[in-house]
Amino acid sequence: MNIIKNRYLYFLISLLIIVPGIVFMGLNWSKTKEGPLPLGIDFRGGSLLEVQFDGKLPTTEDITTLYTDFSTAEQPLLDPIVQPLGETAYSIRSKTMTDETKGKIVSEMESRFGSKVTVLNFTSVSASVGAEVTVAAGYAIFIAALAIIIYIWWAFRSVEHAYRYGAAAIFAMLHDVFVVVGTEAILGYVLGWEADALFLTALLTVIGFSVHDTIVVFDRVRENSRIYRRVEYETMVNHSIVQSLDRSINTQLTVMFTLFALVLFGGDTIRHFVIILLVGILSGTYSSIFNAAPILVVWENREWTKWFRRSAAA
Amino acid sequence: MRNKNTWLIVIALLVVFSVWVDFSNHIKIYNPINDTALVDKDVKIKLGLDLRGGLQALLEADVPAETKVDSAELENAKNILQNRANALGVSEISMQTAGDRRIVAEFPGITNPEEVVAALKQTALLEFVDMGTTPIAQGTIIKTDFGTQEASTTTATPAPGTTPSPDGTQAAIYHTVMTGAGLQTAAVGRDQSGRYLISFVLKSDAKDLFGEYTTSHQQQYLGIVLDKTVVSAPIIQQPITDGQGQISGSFTQAEAQTLAVQLRSGALPIPIKVVESRTVGPTLGEESVRKSVLAGIIGLSVVVLFMALYYRLPGLIADLALICYALFALMLFKLIPVVLTLPGIAGFILSVGMAVDANVLIFERLKEELRSGRNLRQSIDLAWSRAWPSIRDSNTSTIITCVILYLFGNTFGASMVKGFAVTLALGVGLSLFTAIRVTRTFLHSALDNVKNADHPGWFGL
Repeated sequence: MNIIKNRYLYFLISLLIIVPGIVFMGLNWSKTKEGPLPLGIDFRGGSLLEVQFDGKLPTTEDITTLYTDFSTAEQPLLDPIVQPLGETAYSIRSKTMTDETKGKIVSEMESRFGSKVTVLNFTSVSASVGAEVTVAAGYAIFIAALAIIIYIWWAFRSVEHAYRYGAAAIFAMLHDVFVVVGTEAILGYVLGWEADALFLTALLTVIGFSVHDTIVVFDRVRENSRIYRRVEYETMVNHSIVQSLDRSINTQLTVMFTLFALVLFGGDTIRHFVIILLVGILSGTYSSIFNAAPILVVWENREWTKWFRRSAAA
Repeated sequence: MRNKNTWLIVIALLVVFSVWVDFSNHIKIYNPINDTALVDKDVKIKLGLDLRGGLQALLEADVPAETKVDSAELENAKNILQNRANALGVSEISMQTAGDRRIVAEFPGITNPEEVVAALKQTALLEFVDMGTTPIAQGTIIKTDFGTQEASTTTATPAPGTTPSPDGTQAAIYHTVMTGAGLQTAAVGRDQSGRYLISFVLKSDAKDLFGEYTTSHQQQYLGIVLDKTVVSAPIIQQPITDGQGQISGSFTQAEAQTLAVQLRSGALPIPIKVVESRTVGPTLGEESVRKSVLAGIIGLSVVVLFMALYYRLPGLIADLALICYALFALMLFKLIPVVLTLPGIAGFILSVGMAVDANVLIFERLKEELRSGRNLRQSIDLAWSRAWPSIRDSNTSTIITCVILYLFGNTFGASMVKGFAVTLALGVGLSLFTAIRVTRTFLHSALDNVKNADHPGWFGL
């Protein structure tokens, strides 16, 4: 099996997966003017109220009217986004409201709609905290990436050009970040998913796993580079990939089994989270085999000089 | 050889102990010599708010963003809030400071979040305010310089006679001489004409400050202001140097009582506001637990089956190690204790995947070594030593991510993110032990004690 030989094909496949995600990031941006992803209240601030009605179910218009009645200058609650949640419940997103207001709204719902109301979930985040969390999330990702690149550099110090391994691992990681954020952008645009704190957790896990996977492949390269000193670099890297292929597939399978079980049986609360993890981990395995290791070869051969020549000849 | 047996005994003891912890709610170990309890500990699983329902509130010091909050004061505020919440009869509350200006408060299982939040928000911030020569009417809301930049940089008080009028046309800011933080005790009393008042005793450092101030500002008005509302504005007749004083206003008995309690059990050293609040109903939590446990069991069963079918004997042994892993992990969660949240459970399940990965790495190596014609014992030793660097480096990168996630979660009171990081890190650490030491010990004893265990077919060749 020769994976290295077809490296540009695999790069193209990655590109074809990433580009639609980037397009949807742009679409989201032009729609909300806020950023590439529709952000949840964890990052943007606001309130989310999920209520279940045990009697007659009011319409979404009823709820919008009720919210409008409670709207004040300090706490504008106009235009809440009301979405049905299963058969008997609603999820209502609005600007930030206090617990006190929530209490009043819930008791007004009970009296106005003549139905017992159960609060399933209420989250309220002030806009300033949301903004701060967004910035910190960016830092968290940046610091994690930096710490990992330094660690790999150190762990591969016995190999020639150790920094290349760290950089290639980060390339593969960026690939996975783009796949995950792109998927979220598409699902956000189409299904209205919002990125919340759990999405950030999933993203950071994917980063961790992506590097985990890449290191396993690189470890084989590190080991083989000592054994096969005479063999051409390209052949040696390809051999390393093939040797660790069984492991990559089997590990992928076992993680997939547990994640699939969580998607199917784990309930609504974490489904979004698990789907993102599933996509990210699949991407992580792909990128470690088809991107990270081939990048080492591209770098070794300094192939970018040939890219220019090829396009000049064409 | 002796070494191997030692490990087998250690593992067996750990299994027995973990089963005992896992299946009990309370553990007690007696000291055989004098019959006292050595260990006496509740080991119930602690479920997070998202799983059992309840309220989580993120509280922030309500001072301008550029003002630095003193960490001792924040800690103090936290303790006072805790007392207040306890007084409401809410059990198992937890309060932790997060970052340098926030407090995360968690109230599991409560059904009246509005009341709890209202009780927490009562600031009961008592201030003694310099009013110069013009008293301000009771009930007026005023601004003070407490909690702003000037309070810490300027100590000068406005000269007598220059105090702005309190009619609100100009935003007069009054100087705070002292806050309720300086109070030692406060009690309800009555004056000669039978009106209710609150008598207080100051702490020693506040006593000196108050003595100095009342000496230099005689015949001026000292405003007593609660939550920025003027309670009374008595004139300073004589210096108060003994640290005792009275607050008189037109209180009813009940009002005086409440105020005294608030002042005693804690005037907050800093005003607090709610910046984030999350309530999860109990039904949603129960459903989540049921579903994620079911998903976990199904997922694990498939993994166990896969390992046994694909890797045969080593696979079976890895499965045994995986069961040990689950037992040990539950034991750790109960002993530490780790508060289990939904992302926490997801982190745990993910760590199972990584535990299996370590075994997959080793077994693939084992197959390779066997194929290259080495004998079984040699192959086992080589497989373990050659797989180790990749297991070490890959798990280290996961731990790095966990540490960063934990710090992020801790600063923002995002306990979900924190829970995920803790269980994943614990899981990764533990899996290094079970996937490497436990599997190896079991494999060796299988080879020693089971007839024909070294048949190539057992190793999937």
